[in-house]
Amino acid sequence: MIAALALVVGIVLGLVLRPTVPSWLEPYLPIAVVAALDAVFGGIRARLDGLFDAKVFVISFVSNVLVAALIVFLGDKLGVGAALSTAVVVVLGIRIFGNAAAIRRHIFRA
Amino acid sequence: MTAEHDAETRVDEQSDDLGEIAAESEAADRAKSESEDQDDGAANRTRGGSFRVRAGILIGVLVALLGFAIAVQVRSNSSSDSLSSAREEDLIRILDDQNTQAARLRQQIADLQRTVTELQAGGDRNSVALQQAEQQLAALGVLLGTLPATGPGVVVTVTDPAHKLHPEDLLDIVQELRGAGAEAIQFGGVRVGVSTSFTSAPSGVQVDDTVQQPPYVVRAIGDPKTLDTALNIPGGVAATARAAGGNAAVAEMQRVTITALRQLPNPKYASPSGR
Repeated sequence: MIAALALVVGIVLGLVLRPTVPSWLEPYLPIAVVAALDAVFGGIRARLDGLFDAKVFVISFVSNVLVAALIVFLGDKLGVGAALSTAVVVVLGIRIFGNAAAIRRHIFRA
Repeated sequence: MTAEHDAETRVDEQSDDLGEIAAESEAADRAKSESEDQDDGAANRTRGGSFRVRAGILIGVLVALLGFAIAVQVRSNSSSDSLSSAREEDLIRILDDQNTQAARLRQQIADLQRTVTELQAGGDRNSVALQQAEQQLAALGVLLGTLPATGPGVVVTVTDPAHKLHPEDLLDIVQELRGAGAEAIQFGGVRVGVSTSFTSAPSGVQVDDTVQQPPYVVRAIGDPKTLDTALNIPGGVAATARAAGGNAAVAEMQRVTITALRQLPNPKYASPSGR
């Protein structure tokens, strides 16, 4: 409940404040967002499974974001930035779909 | 990607998922046991409550951060132009297009500037031609007698009390003046032109359509000295007039004004032929 409210507050803040993304953050932000989304979906799934733990959620959230940013950074340094970003997005997307499927099973029993 | 790889990835992912779930369940168990431990004392209960609140705040902050990032990213993605996300080949093509267009526009500018220059030059030429035509019109008008004229010249007064001067003698005056370079001549009230005729009349002379009687006043525009000399040469017009019992008095003037005009008939048969 608090999390959903916080999400709405964050989106509204982002829309109202209209901050510009600093250029050094530009390549990392989309991947970080996807990674965080993955963590959030994982958290929701764990919550529905009755296994949710705040500490695990926080750590997985932060580490997901950091690892995603690290992979993009490494990809940039290695000259395969775009390909590696795509790979990260694909993997995270698959995980999000898996978690979404589990959530769906919980909610709709199907 | 081969099937083997695919399977491997899937297995990895599953194990990863399982590991995470296991970790989460482990942590949940630990938390449960912790909370069970904490249930023992009232002091412990407040500590656990504060932990839960802190975790909630942390989660809220993180999720709010996520929402913020999503909004920012979506906005920056939609607000920035499409070029930043375009592929390299597309960008090169776009750049090429732009360069081509710029070259075409530059060419167009050069063409238009050349046209402007040409038109200006043409306008200058046209105005010069017009000016020349007007000057020519004025000169021809003076020479043909369709325009009034003024300038230095002579006024010749020919008296003929005995009526002995023939029309050809009077024509001689005009010829003499023409030969001396007179540019405009008026005989009495008639402007002398190319088709002027002198015929005899009972009381004088008929110049074109008007009959004139002595004394005849002839005005001519030209160099006064030359005209005077031409009229007064020995055996010339003045001498003829004197021989006929009359006189031809030549007065040199700084300013002679000729106001009589001729009407030019429109040519009926002749038309200008191309040069």
